Amino acid sequence: MSIATLKLSGLEPLIVTKESNFVNVGERTNVTGSRAFLRMIQAGDYESALAVALDQVNGGAQIIDVNMDEGMIDGEEAMVKFLNLIASEPDIARVPVMIDSSKWEIIEAGLKCIQGKGVVNSISLKEGEEEFIRQATIIKRYGAAVIVMAFDEKGQADNYERRIEICERSYQILTENVGFNQNDIIFDPNIFPVATGMEEHNNNALDFFKATKWIKENLPGAHVSGGVSNVSFSFRGNNRVREAMHSAFLYHAIGNGMDMGIVNPTMLEIYADIDKELLKYVEDVLLNRREDATERLLNFAETVKGEGKKKEIDLSWRNGSVQERLSYALVKGIVEYIDVDVEECRQKYKRPIEVIEGPLMDGMNVVGDLFGSGQMFLPQVVKSARVMKKAVAYLLPFIEKEKGGKQQSSGKILLATVKGDVHDIGKNIVGVVLGCNNYEIIDLGVMVPAQKIIDTAIKENVDVIGLSGLITPSLDEMVHVAKEMERANMKTPLLIGGATTSRVHTAVKIDEHYNLGNTIHVLDASRSVTVVESLLGNKKQTFIDNLKIEYDTVRKNHASHVQNKSLVDIETARKNKLELSFNNDIISKPKNIGVQVLNDITVSEIIPYIDWTPFFQTWELHGRYPNILNDELVGKEASSLFEDAQQMLTKIVSESWLSVKAVYGIFPANSVGDDIEIYADISRSEILHTQHTLRQQTKKAKGQPNLALSDFIAPKESDIIDYIGGFAVTSGLGIEKYIEAFENDHDDYNSIMLKALADRLAEALAEYLHERVRTSYWGYSKNERHSNEELIQEKYRGIRPAPGYPACPDHTEKIGLFNILKVKDNIGVDLTESLAMTPASSVSGWYFAHPNSKYFGVGKVNREQIKDLAVRKNKKLQDIEKWYSSILI
Amino acid sequence: MKETIESLIGKRILILDGAMGTMIQRHDLEEFDFREGAFENHHKPLKGNNDLLSITRPEIIKDIHRKYFIAGADIVETNTFSGTSIAQADYDLESAVYDINFSSAKIAKEVAQEFTDKPRFVAGSIGPTNRTASISPDVNDPGYRAVSFDDLVAAYKEQISALIEGGVDILLVETVFDTLNAKAALYAIQEVFDEEKVNLPIMVSGTITDQSGRTLTGQTTEAFLISLSHMPLLSIGLNCALGANLMRPYLQILNQTSPFNVSAHPNAGLPNEFGEYDETPEMMADQIEVFLKEGLVNIIGGCCGTTPEHISEIAERAKKYNPRKIS
Repeated sequence: MSIATLKLSGLEPLIVTKESNFVNVGERTNVTGSRAFLRMIQAGDYESALAVALDQVNGGAQIIDVNMDEGMIDGEEAMVKFLNLIASEPDIARVPVMIDSSKWEIIEAGLKCIQGKGVVNSISLKEGEEEFIRQATIIKRYGAAVIVMAFDEKGQADNYERRIEICERSYQILTENVGFNQNDIIFDPNIFPVATGMEEHNNNALDFFKATKWIKENLPGAHVSGGVSNVSFSFRGNNRVREAMHSAFLYHAIGNGMDMGIVNPTMLEIYADIDKELLKYVEDVLLNRREDATERLLNFAETVKGEGKKKEIDLSWRNGSVQERLSYALVKGIVEYIDVDVEECRQKYKRPIEVIEGPLMDGMNVVGDLFGSGQMFLPQVVKSARVMKKAVAYLLPFIEKEKGGKQQSSGKILLATVKGDVHDIGKNIVGVVLGCNNYEIIDLGVMVPAQKIIDTAIKENVDVIGLSGLITPSLDEMVHVAKEMERANMKTPLLIGGATTSRVHTAVKIDEHYNLGNTIHVLDASRSVTVVESLLGNKKQTFIDNLKIEYDTVRKNHASHVQNKSLVDIETARKNKLELSFNNDIISKPKNIGVQVLNDITVSEIIPYIDWTPFFQTWELHGRYPNILNDELVGKEASSLFEDAQQMLTKIVSESWLSVKAVYGIFPANSVGDDIEIYADISRSEILHTQHTLRQQTKKAKGQPNLALSDFIAPKESDIIDYIGGFAVTSGLGIEKYIEAFENDHDDYNSIMLKALADRLAEALAEYLHERVRTSYWGYSKNERHSNEELIQEKYRGIRPAPGYPACPDHTEKIGLFNILKVKDNIGVDLTESLAMTPASSVSGWYFAHPNSKYFGVGKVNREQIKDLAVRKNKKLQDIEKWYSSILI
Repeated sequence: MKETIESLIGKRILILDGAMGTMIQRHDLEEFDFREGAFENHHKPLKGNNDLLSITRPEIIKDIHRKYFIAGADIVETNTFSGTSIAQADYDLESAVYDINFSSAKIAKEVAQEFTDKPRFVAGSIGPTNRTASISPDVNDPGYRAVSFDDLVAAYKEQISALIEGGVDILLVETVFDTLNAKAALYAIQEVFDEEKVNLPIMVSGTITDQSGRTLTGQTTEAFLISLSHMPLLSIGLNCALGANLMRPYLQILNQTSPFNVSAHPNAGLPNEFGEYDETPEMMADQIEVFLKEGLVNIIGGCCGTTPEHISEIAERAKKYNPRKIS
């Protein structure tokens, strides 16, 4: 009485038979795959998130993949909330759901929300048979189908034999031990990149095809799925080749029996339409038909790279009038001819100031309109601003000579990164965008004390003050500035921006301390112009009235949300800690303990480890790399920005702009309650540092623990010696010289570019170092092999939580970390009074190696826990309280 | 050799009983009848909490079971439709859940054993509870849920253990208007089976609320079937909400797609303006005969408004036809 085919259901059935076409799985409701979706989830904008899901279903997705695996959000909560909301939208809920997570708790939480028969993505033999059987048994009990990755205790299957070995073993266990319906088993036999230049990758596609065929012939009922875009990873940036490769891959994979997969429909060429020559080269590679296939495709790929490389530079715009040329140069961001054109113009006008007020401002208005209507993107605007600044700089001496001619600005804006914080990319972008719109910017730089902000604002009689900050202690500093402004009887509108700021925080925590003036949260640079215009224009009162109503609602919602958010007391939370098993099989003894400094890492070594997605985010281009390069809306700009970034990276390497340094240490450690004692050596007689961790206090579903980082370390009473690591890296050494040069050249574009790249390099260095630690220095995961994409998805064993981030929201833990690693002496990174690292392009954190350690968010805690923490830290509550204000309920 | 339900079901159309509530109404019971003996000092009114009658008025319930067996039913359902802590919470009687289920199963089984002419079975009735796990009761907060999957599993386990202890032969998850609730019931059944090392046949019966052809939570008949096919069911079917003729199109879908036996226990038509069911035994049996002739079902019975007279008439007609064949 078994069902003879794979049958799934949402509100309606989805039946997959041999005759049915390839099943298309929607991939966009995935926080790891779509930055835009992540932003919606982070912002709690579920309405937009639902729109994404609906759009996919309307666009033909037959299943929607939902993934909430991201360290910055509570994945379990987000999964439950999103699935519950989908259930209320019949147009979305009609299709089955694929619950996609590498975390079992998220999978199980999701399974509890769907009335239909969904698919779990994925489980594998990675953690051994026992865990595999346990998970499969539970999935069966919830009535879902399952994707099984070709992964076992030894690692991921990377050739034909390993693929079929693992799939066959998984199939046998599922059908014989678990009693899983054979039709409900879907294998993902790993799609790996081809044409990587490494010989052992030459069979990657062919082995997938062969394994697919073998599965369909030998494992009755089983299905085959996979994520297709991985195969063309080596050709990112070259869409013609990628699209052709995806289509050819699918053509062969489907021919061999692949029946469903995650495919981006916009990244597919029709097989029959692929250029025959390109197809031949692509198929030579996919099918590994000749030894020089990769080389031939790479050579050919260069010739089809598209317009960018070989196109003649079009200079026809030089034939226009000088006004037209200035406007064109501004819109296109071309600096080459600006001095010539400005000079020509200057001679035509009576006064040099008229050149600015006339053609230059006209050009910038065009830029402003295009940006405002979404037809230009931030990198272009910053380039336009560079042209404008250069033009103004050229005219300035003439204006000064003439005197009297003062440019009329639309308003004066003071910008500052608050005391204790060194992050200024966002603030600089806001400055550029406002500057483009004819506002005069007074930029006080970074680490600016409240008094200096207030004094300058009064002295310069500014119209608006904008505060920026990235780390959570900056939120408190902003509250402080607001209080001081109130004390100084100021009425100047106060803008709040930066990564950790939010509308809720602004409404609840800042606005109430500044009653004389208005406080406005600005979500990103592109909104700053509208906000400032509204504040300074004649509709100011309506804007402010609306704002008051909005913030009142936010406060009310927040108050009721806080009431609804049930916390358990800390003792209950501790009783519900995660009980891991610790033994010598799990704990791997590091080769050396103590601190090591790495001075010989080169920038070129770490470039492959860059996660590019956040780089685009810095420039307010949203989408996941590499797909963003082909994005319908921003793809062109993203590609051009990416090309500029590559050029600068080349210079960073060849001209040794930046030096990168890293320090790490591995130490014996044991947990004592919620604390982790870190010892000098294995005698464990000398405590180097006691790390105090915070425990989740949110009420958990049955079987879900209240986590603290200390749960991942063997308790002292177990008498097992466990280990913990710590690290700090920086790529910001030497950067000032170049930033200064760019700024002197009025080149904000390259100044922001360099800072953004340095930030990416620091993160890449952290990724690189972590991999070395796992595979060699500590060596608990010697045989792992992960692509960069997998590293970004945190598919490795162990974690590296950073103080100040969700798992370890306590910034003060950086002090102990920096002490035991002697970070300042070893690599020259210091901490500010708000505990921001300086230089800004630095990363630090802890290493946990337990296989079950995972990222989580501590979330909100109550005062009781902070009181207890003060006792453990031997500090007075009132002295430490301020560090926890952002997590205190 | 003792006949099991599994061996009988292929041989002839099996007859399920009719309504319990309709029969209880005939007795004009008062508050006292619901309290006597067990709940005399309870602080809330209990009238209408029919499941309690298995404890306070077991003879009435036994008599109803007896009448259905006499009418020709092969299977009667225990008086436990609201026997979960979730449903009993309305009366503050979560503590009575074990007694309700154990006593209801026990008395039904006692009546079944009075009959020796042919095998008679008792199905433990597992109702949907009065909360939905996949829709929000608050239109302004669609993400909210009044009950969680885990809550449902815990409540169902308590009910199921007591039913099994009381001696039921079959478990019947019925009147499923939210498939997620039913998945929780099946999850609970599997856990109880594993923990207590038992195994009983399981019947599931869903409710298609109107002619949209969907459950209250929006699933089509086939999606409903697929969502619950992970357990080896004795039967899947439909009950309540519709009369026999309106139920027929959805039984046809089950007939075409179900790998399990198919059951139906429709209402005696749609309720009139007084909330009463008007269809006579003959009227209802005429409609049912249409799909008996088509071979759509393996098990047939009645839901709201049906009486032993209805079941007797239906049982007579069913004798003429062969059960559905599973293709």
